[in-house]
Amino acid sequence: MYKDGEEMKTIIKALTGNGAAAYAMKQINPDVVAAYPITPSTQIMEDFSMYHANGLVDSDLIRVESEHSAMSACVGASAAGARVMTATSSQGLGYMFEVLPVVSGLRLPIVVNIVNRSLSAPLNIHCDHGDSMSARDLGWIQIYAEDAQEVYINNLLAIRLAEKVKLPIMLMQDGFITSHCVIGVDVLDDATVKKFVGNYNPEKTLLKDDITIGTLALTDYYFEFRLQQIKAMNEAKKEFIKIDNELNKIIKHSTGYFEEYKLKDAKAAIVVMSSTAGAVKEVINDLRSKGKKVGLLKLRLFRPFPYEEIKKALKGKKVIVMDRSISLGANCPLYSEIKNSGVSNIHSIIFGLGGKNIYDEDIKDIFERALKNKLKEIEYIGVRE
Amino acid sequence: MNIKELGYKDTKFVSGHRACAGCGFPQIVRTILNSTDKRVVVANATGCLEVVSTIYPFSSWKVPYMHSVFGNASSTISGIESAYKVLKKKNKIKNDIKFLAIMGDGGCSDIGLQSLSGALERGHECVYVQYANGAYQNTGVQRSSETPLLSNTTTTPVGKVHRGKEEMKKDIVKIVAAHNIPYIAQASMAFPEDLSEKAKKAFETKGPSFINVIQPCVPGWKIDTSINIKLSRLAVETGAWPLFEIENGKFKLNYVPEKLKPVKEYLKLQGRFKHLNNKEIERIQKIVNKEWEYLKKGDFWGAREY
Repeated sequence: MYKDGEEMKTIIKALTGNGAAAYAMKQINPDVVAAYPITPSTQIMEDFSMYHANGLVDSDLIRVESEHSAMSACVGASAAGARVMTATSSQGLGYMFEVLPVVSGLRLPIVVNIVNRSLSAPLNIHCDHGDSMSARDLGWIQIYAEDAQEVYINNLLAIRLAEKVKLPIMLMQDGFITSHCVIGVDVLDDATVKKFVGNYNPEKTLLKDDITIGTLALTDYYFEFRLQQIKAMNEAKKEFIKIDNELNKIIKHSTGYFEEYKLKDAKAAIVVMSSTAGAVKEVINDLRSKGKKVGLLKLRLFRPFPYEEIKKALKGKKVIVMDRSISLGANCPLYSEIKNSGVSNIHSIIFGLGGKNIYDEDIKDIFERALKNKLKEIEYIGVRE
Repeated sequence: MNIKELGYKDTKFVSGHRACAGCGFPQIVRTILNSTDKRVVVANATGCLEVVSTIYPFSSWKVPYMHSVFGNASSTISGIESAYKVLKKKNKIKNDIKFLAIMGDGGCSDIGLQSLSGALERGHECVYVQYANGAYQNTGVQRSSETPLLSNTTTTPVGKVHRGKEEMKKDIVKIVAAHNIPYIAQASMAFPEDLSEKAKKAFETKGPSFINVIQPCVPGWKIDTSINIKLSRLAVETGAWPLFEIENGKFKLNYVPEKLKPVKEYLKLQGRFKHLNNKEIERIQKIVNKEWEYLKKGDFWGAREY
């Protein structure tokens, strides 16, 4: 751990979002990685396989025949006491679906990198958040990254957090936009990462203890199991901050449940997750130079959801929530949560489904119309009627 | 291991489970687990065995046991075995451990087939066991791909037009054999020493091994609670369930009677076949005869009568 004032030992590496996830995985050096390729997350496993081929990791790499088996092998390995990671996207997450609540229900701290991609049909390989949002109620912690730097940070954070609260974590990044875009990423040296993530020593494992895992619990116990998970999620919210701050001491990053960008005095604020936050920041800089008080709340932690903190941060502002996914027949996932936090002056923008581009001009227009009270309650941006 | 030795060993699957009176899998599980002195970790597919033995807060398993979902016992055990390899290399695990995936025919041959095939191909050193009770018995006797021809099940009921399951059962052993794994066997609880010997060989095999064990199901086969072992024996003696093993590709019949008993003796004790007329019984007899001819010649891959 670094002392205050001591210079941090990071170097800059040119990495894509996928490359950053794989690099973090290399440094974490998990015991078992089981995965199945799917666009756009494939490169994570390709990079990791190369680290494996060159003997840079000790991991056992299981090249399974499907995502269902990928998550199943992860479950077995994790229950056996291994530190386990994997990656997937879209339909792949869909194929894992049956096993996802088993992971959280068994309290296995598996970390999966999800490179967001829209769900079929129609078949589409580009980004929206429909895949991870469809898994939002399965007892997994969800963290969204703006860029490759945050992908790297979140991987290190997730290992510690998952193992601390015994809950699995999904780490999201935007398909292609983040996953295939090369940026300079500050990375730590291997030894520092090793020290930060520490050893994984679970209390009970299949290899050491005569335990029965995955029991049948009917009306008399099922609810009690679920309550334990609720408590763990509440705990995760507190631990997230602690571990995030600890990580910030060794590698500087924007900490907390969300990043506030010129938000304090903003009259109108956009709430958005992942890569779009970058474009919003650009627009804010532009509008601020013209004297317009606009700001951004970029959410990192979607599960557990930080309702109180968000309500406080958005108090008295005109709020525009931008969702890159829909909940057909209901309010969009992010909009619905922000509304639930008690924010009243609020608009819902739906954009970017199936990877549809959103431009600075669109965001600028949203801000300007919001400031003039000309924004409708729900609007779809960039789509032909 | 002889039957006495088996009987005197500490059981690793204890009473108190909720299996039906007359169910055979408790003996099958005990026999298999007692056929090795090494520590065994078990992965179990969703099914009868799982639901009757792990009702929280109780467990019949005195060995480490895991259940995840229906179709993934094989991929779950491959994860466990992979973790073992790594943790052993890292010196975090000291002792030798064996791995067993046990599944009904739904969890093995149907919903779990892909997971089994993947695990066999990857070569994890595990023993895969199918207890073949020939239907989705846990959910109330629906047909599976392993349900024998003309069986009466709740999804292939005998009516005015249809006469039970109209398809042949899937030949899971041939599918497994096509993966070229080092050890494969078919066994029956009526021959406990044979089953135990096969389980012992399977546990000692370097690489994957597979055992297919017949498991007469009291409610599913509509049989008397007292005849599980009798039926397990008749299945072998009539040629409906031949005992064999394939060691490194070499096929061997383990039980060859001078003359097979008529398959009718096996069928007539089962309510699921009580609707069969003589012509239908003859059809089944013909199929059994033909398969037996091939197997007797040592031709495992031989054609089948339809």
